[in-house]
Amino acid sequence: MSEKLEHLSQSLANRFGEQLKEIVVARNEVTVVVAASDYLAVAQALRDEPDFRFEQLVDLTGLDYSSFSGAEISARFAVSVHLLSLGNNQRLRLRTFADDDSFPVLSSLVELWPSANWFEREAFDLFGITFVGHPDLRRILTDYGFVGYPFRKDFPVTGYVEMRYDQELGRVVYQPVTIEPRENTPRIVRDENYGNVGNG
Amino acid sequence: MSEMAEIRNYTINFGPQHPSAHGVLRLVLELDGEVVERADPHIGLLHRGTEKLAETRTWVQSVPYMDRLDYVSMMCNEHAYCMAIERLLGLEVPLRAQYIRVMFDEITRILNHLLAVGTHALDIGAMTMVLYTFREREDLMDAYEAVSGARMHAAYYRPGGVYRDLPDRMPQYEVSKWKSAKTVAELNENRQGSLLDFLEDFTSRFPKYVDEYETLLTDNRIWKQRTVGIGVVSPEKAMALGFSGVMLRGSGIEWDIRKKQPYEVYDQLDFDIPVGVEGDCYDRYLCRIEEMRQSNRIVKQCIDWLRRNPGPVISGNHKVAPPSRERMKGSMEELIHHFKLFTEGMHVPAGEVYAPVEHPKGEFGVYAVSDGANKPYRLKLRSPGFAHLSAMDEMSRGHMIADVVAIIGTMDIVFGDVDR
Repeated sequence: MSEKLEHLSQSLANRFGEQLKEIVVARNEVTVVVAASDYLAVAQALRDEPDFRFEQLVDLTGLDYSSFSGAEISARFAVSVHLLSLGNNQRLRLRTFADDDSFPVLSSLVELWPSANWFEREAFDLFGITFVGHPDLRRILTDYGFVGYPFRKDFPVTGYVEMRYDQELGRVVYQPVTIEPRENTPRIVRDENYGNVGNG
Repeated sequence: MSEMAEIRNYTINFGPQHPSAHGVLRLVLELDGEVVERADPHIGLLHRGTEKLAETRTWVQSVPYMDRLDYVSMMCNEHAYCMAIERLLGLEVPLRAQYIRVMFDEITRILNHLLAVGTHALDIGAMTMVLYTFREREDLMDAYEAVSGARMHAAYYRPGGVYRDLPDRMPQYEVSKWKSAKTVAELNENRQGSLLDFLEDFTSRFPKYVDEYETLLTDNRIWKQRTVGIGVVSPEKAMALGFSGVMLRGSGIEWDIRKKQPYEVYDQLDFDIPVGVEGDCYDRYLCRIEEMRQSNRIVKQCIDWLRRNPGPVISGNHKVAPPSRERMKGSMEELIHHFKLFTEGMHVPAGEVYAPVEHPKGEFGVYAVSDGANKPYRLKLRSPGFAHLSAMDEMSRGHMIADVVAIIGTMDIVFGDVDR
């Protein structure tokens, strides 16, 4: 672990203490997990306090942990935020789990970083995570009138409907998909050291 | 005295089939006369669900998808993706592969900026520019073709290195119904040697070409009228709006991942980062022009190094990179490696990583979450264009409708990358 990361994780631990549910330093990156109730306050502090000064929200993404086998995860939906401090030249990942799996709700970061606007719309569109305080939470990437949240793990890759031009009606119509879902290469999780690069 | 005529506000649709929308952008513009009151970009018309598709493919199978994101800077996308996998694996990339990657990243940057500047000029009325820039793009595409077999969607970078070493000879033109022997001889003149010879010849010619572009645009009165003072972004705004790359540097912030958080061998190369002052379209244009000159410098240094240092170009770890055909045919163990790798794919340890690169358009990042399987659990592609386009409303408000086109051009939007 480099000195800089050590310093960052130390000052994070000192400043937020109990608020951090987890702090991981791995692969030269610092990841912080906070509760949904502390999310906004921690983000505000990360932006404004001179130790952190993360001026830029680089990325915000939804995650669906429903079939994750890498570790024990209690909640289904999470949001990962990547922050960048240009002044201190460091990055940080901030993750929050939404409390309710059937209706995931989190606070919006648009007030702090305007760049969160479209990223939150995307997470809403693809994962169905609602952001309280977002000024304009519309779908962004999917079609007008799309139903469902396509990036959730229980949504099939083929989707439910397909589109074609109807000669008689003279317009484009939706119909149930006709393609069969298939998996060419099965998803396999091997035991710990299988394919370990160190043994190559 | 008659009353003034009543002025109505208009809402118009710009795109999705508009030549200067750079693809499939639907922009709903609320106008007060000719002044933009509000711009609401509707995106997603090119959404292919790359991230979801990647969850259903093995790690290597998704490499070609990366080319199709930002389809004018293909190899930089691949670079970020391969870097994410390598960081998850903790894999070392051979030095020669790192130099090849850096060289092709910079070739890609020149390709991208040539298209960006050329089409930006085309959009706002300077027809000639695009003809000039596409002339040079042709040479660089030939370099792409020589190394990977494809002029655009290369799939050349692989986790652990690059697919193969640089070729010893360049493909040559042949005499045909359309090309006489004399023309062919001229075209083949600089293709007699290896790819590196061809690129060296290009780097020596390129600065003069950039001077030509500058003659066409830099002091051009119409170009300046259309770009100076248009789409001004203050440094604070640029940071808050999540800008990166030229959009950030044009506003005067010195930030370049190649310098500040160097990856591969950028810390051993000598180059400068141009920074704008005003933060308008003209400054960003100047930044792009200077970046092309700097990329040319980097390519030159890489050529020098690559000539002197032969070596492997992909990791020797056969759990990640396939063995050579020859060895695969001769050894049982290598055959098994080959078979496992191409049926099941590599296994990446559980964890998550965010790998950013300085893409020609800004910061392109790949956030990969793995649960130890042979496929990604979640792949998030952070594209620079998405963040830039989200500031469309902010940047175009109060400008004339014709300036909207100038602003789209300066953002260097490509829809493969915005919609993913």
